[in-house]
Amino acid sequence: MTDALEITLTVNGMPVTRRVPMRLNLVDFLRHELDLTGSHVGCEHGACGACSVVVNGGVVRGCLMFAVQADGTIVETIEGASESGRLKPLQDAFHNHAALQCGFCTPGMLLTASALLAQNPSPDREAIREAISGNLCRCTGYQAIVDAIETAAALEQNDD
Amino acid sequence: MTDTHLFRPPIGEDVRSPRAPRLLAGRGKFTDDVPAPRIAHVAYLRSPYAHARIIAIDRNAAIFAPGVLLVASGAEIREDCASWRGTHDLFPALVAAEQPPLAIDRVCWHGEPVVAVVAETRAEAEDAVELIEVRWEELPPVADAETALTGPAIHPKLGGNIGFETTVEAGDTSTAFAAAHLVVEENFRFGRHTGVSLEPRTILADYNSAEDSLLVHQSHQTPHQQQDLFSRLLGIPEHKVRVVCPDVGGAFGLKHHLHGDEITACVLSRKLGRPVKFVADRLESFLSDIHCRDHEITARMALNDEGQITAIEVDDLFLVGPYSQYPRSSIAEGNQIARLCGAPYRHTNYRAHLRMLYQNKNLIGHIRSVGHPLAAAVTEGLLDKAAVGLDIDPVELRRRNYLRDENFPLTSPGGIEFEHLSFNACLDRVLEMMDRPTLLAEQNRLRKKGVYRGIGLNTFVELTAIGPEYYGGGGQHISAQEGCFVRIEPSGMIRCMTGVTDQGQGIDAGIQQIVASVLGVPIDDVRVESGDSALSPYGGGSWGSRGAVLGGEAALRAARTLRRNILNLAAALLQCDASALDIRDRNIVDAASSQIRITLAELANTGHFKPFAFPKDIQPALAVVEHYASRDRLFVAGNGIQASYLEVDPETGFVKLLSHWAVHDAGRLLNPLLVKEQVRGGVVQGLGGVLFEECIYSPEGQLQNGTFADYLVPMAAEMPDIEVDHIQTPTATSELGTKGAGEAGTAGAMGAVLNAINDALSPFDTRISKTPCTPDRILRALGKI
Repeated sequence: MTDALEITLTVNGMPVTRRVPMRLNLVDFLRHELDLTGSHVGCEHGACGACSVVVNGGVVRGCLMFAVQADGTIVETIEGASESGRLKPLQDAFHNHAALQCGFCTPGMLLTASALLAQNPSPDREAIREAISGNLCRCTGYQAIVDAIETAAALEQNDD
Repeated sequence: MTDTHLFRPPIGEDVRSPRAPRLLAGRGKFTDDVPAPRIAHVAYLRSPYAHARIIAIDRNAAIFAPGVLLVASGAEIREDCASWRGTHDLFPALVAAEQPPLAIDRVCWHGEPVVAVVAETRAEAEDAVELIEVRWEELPPVADAETALTGPAIHPKLGGNIGFETTVEAGDTSTAFAAAHLVVEENFRFGRHTGVSLEPRTILADYNSAEDSLLVHQSHQTPHQQQDLFSRLLGIPEHKVRVVCPDVGGAFGLKHHLHGDEITACVLSRKLGRPVKFVADRLESFLSDIHCRDHEITARMALNDEGQITAIEVDDLFLVGPYSQYPRSSIAEGNQIARLCGAPYRHTNYRAHLRMLYQNKNLIGHIRSVGHPLAAAVTEGLLDKAAVGLDIDPVELRRRNYLRDENFPLTSPGGIEFEHLSFNACLDRVLEMMDRPTLLAEQNRLRKKGVYRGIGLNTFVELTAIGPEYYGGGGQHISAQEGCFVRIEPSGMIRCMTGVTDQGQGIDAGIQQIVASVLGVPIDDVRVESGDSALSPYGGGSWGSRGAVLGGEAALRAARTLRRNILNLAAALLQCDASALDIRDRNIVDAASSQIRITLAELANTGHFKPFAFPKDIQPALAVVEHYASRDRLFVAGNGIQASYLEVDPETGFVKLLSHWAVHDAGRLLNPLLVKEQVRGGVVQGLGGVLFEECIYSPEGQLQNGTFADYLVPMAAEMPDIEVDHIQTPTATSELGTKGAGEAGTAGAMGAVLNAINDALSPFDTRISKTPCTPDRILRALGKI
């Protein structure tokens, strides 16, 4: 039985090739192999959303996917999404609404919120709450996050 | 200096947390993000039993497993780390057993760490843990109050399982109850839950044998406390222990305790000569992060025919773990309940009986709002029940009994000093916000349609910013004084280091605001650093709603001293009187005319690089440290009220939260926005405790729920919007006049929801007094199952 495989993928626009243990999950690969520590590990059973990353355009739980399953994919983490500038309206809105406290859930929240807005540019509060209902925030009580996403959506609508 | 200087902007403005930009960019640095060359990882074999003897540990297979560097049991590290005992000198009757970092000979709770395995990777360490064979001999567990009271002692040397017993008494309750017009009584059961920080407990320990020094990065609230503990328990000189708390992913009190699996990482690093990291996984977090609550409280209230409370009696069985938590001890939650029931009300006959009972479950310690939510829920639950019994509106009954402005200051029947609490002002404001008449009309209208809504009010008192007399006087090495370092750089920018720490509360922003205000510079000119036991002025960190109250006051003092130094230097240069000068917008100006005399940067540059410009007897001191400790008070008491509007589905037992309001008095507000968000977040943690969260143990003392699939926490979809407002009654015990704010939300949420559920259930003539109020319990109360 082989317990390691070589994988090649694109992470934040850069090609990456590594030999990884079969059992290494994607978020541990990103954090510990590539030093992309912006994705966090909160539960390792897919319940908290802190490890959310974008794989082939969709938000996935980095703890529920093995690194080897990401072979050949295009992965974007909070670092890449932030540096590209695509999260700027959401980041600004989160900042203005104080929609983060400890910041541990924030990268996952931002990526999830961004995916929501891509799909539904003007969600109501209920839709926002529903969309982030798989992302645990233990600090804010969510309201400021909902406010921030609502604000970012309105701003982007106005820009269009 | 005049008040104008003290409280000018940006004090009082909605400044955002200076940590936010990096956290939003994914550029925060949490403990698990800290790199270390030659790092090794520890995993623990934990007890599968609540109570068992360890007969033999066979770890031969583990030692030779791939990647394994070291396997160590409790007995093997006995000489490397002293054990501890969670006593408290202010409670001399409190008895506690000695606790080792890893179990020796016997385990006392399900999840207690037993054997440490260090390997090159965490996965390899976990693999090797699986290869360890332990022969156990099960012992009878103590897993409920009755067994604790009547069964065998967990620690025979303690002579029983009662760790502490006391009675707080004032007046004569017996006579008052005998003469009462109405007596209401309730048996409350407050379930055990925990803090659930999203970032689990994490420590990276790096011992350097060349200089006998220890560098620890830890996700923790109190770096100086940890420095002291590691120094004393590991026998390393204190000045060679450095504890750095980088960004911390939520703490809520659970990260200001000592956990055996954490200090063991330090032991292992010393044994191995390599950095060792421990990260609790989520199951380990549920098993071993400090727990809270777990009280069985019987309480009764006597009232006369005018609806005045004449007496209150409380009996609290407080079920802690097998050990009293270290270093604070486990007593506080029980003690605060025993002292705070009935606190908002004028009553003189009071009796609270507290027994703290040891049992074979995980340890109980201090998590956000220690005891306050329970004292409030008990008091306000009884009051609402009395309102029904007397047929008096619950708002009216509160008004009749609240302590009024003219009653302050006073010492409560529970023995707590209250400087000035604003019960009536908070009630007035919350009634305005919630528009109660409309809610009542809606409630009545819907009841006729079989929709059961409830309105609940909950007045609360909280004890914030503990003074040195409590822990210092109790013999604990827990700092209640705070320090702050402030330096002006040659460019005129300000660098500040505070002893309080920031786990998301935003206290860094508060410190920034105070320093910027006093020094007359824009907020962004001030950089605040914290969380480093070697570099920060000595302090207690952040817990117990103390950051702004104590750290803020130290910052005020430090900034004022630096301001004085700067103005004295400017006066010497300008040959004028320092009192004629002020600092505004980065300039030293003539205070009367606002005319710019010299820029702050020029003055700082001269002070650092051209000190010869000053007379020879002046040495520019452009960096200062000041400290602050309160005197002659145990706490700064704060207060508030919350209200809940919700709907109970009598068919399913589900509770739908519709609206929630909170009015809180945190004294003078440094930063209304961040205080509001603290309250909101706290409310939601309280809502979790009253509706969802419970560490469920079997009768054998086995934890039954160790994942987010079965330990439910509030998620966005179930939470209501929460309206928050403030009353400001500054405390006179400090110049800033702030009171604590971090725990207020949690203090008030539980009772508000409990009362609202009972209001919704009132047509069914049933009540619920067990938390969390799960659908199952509500259906049982309704007799449906």
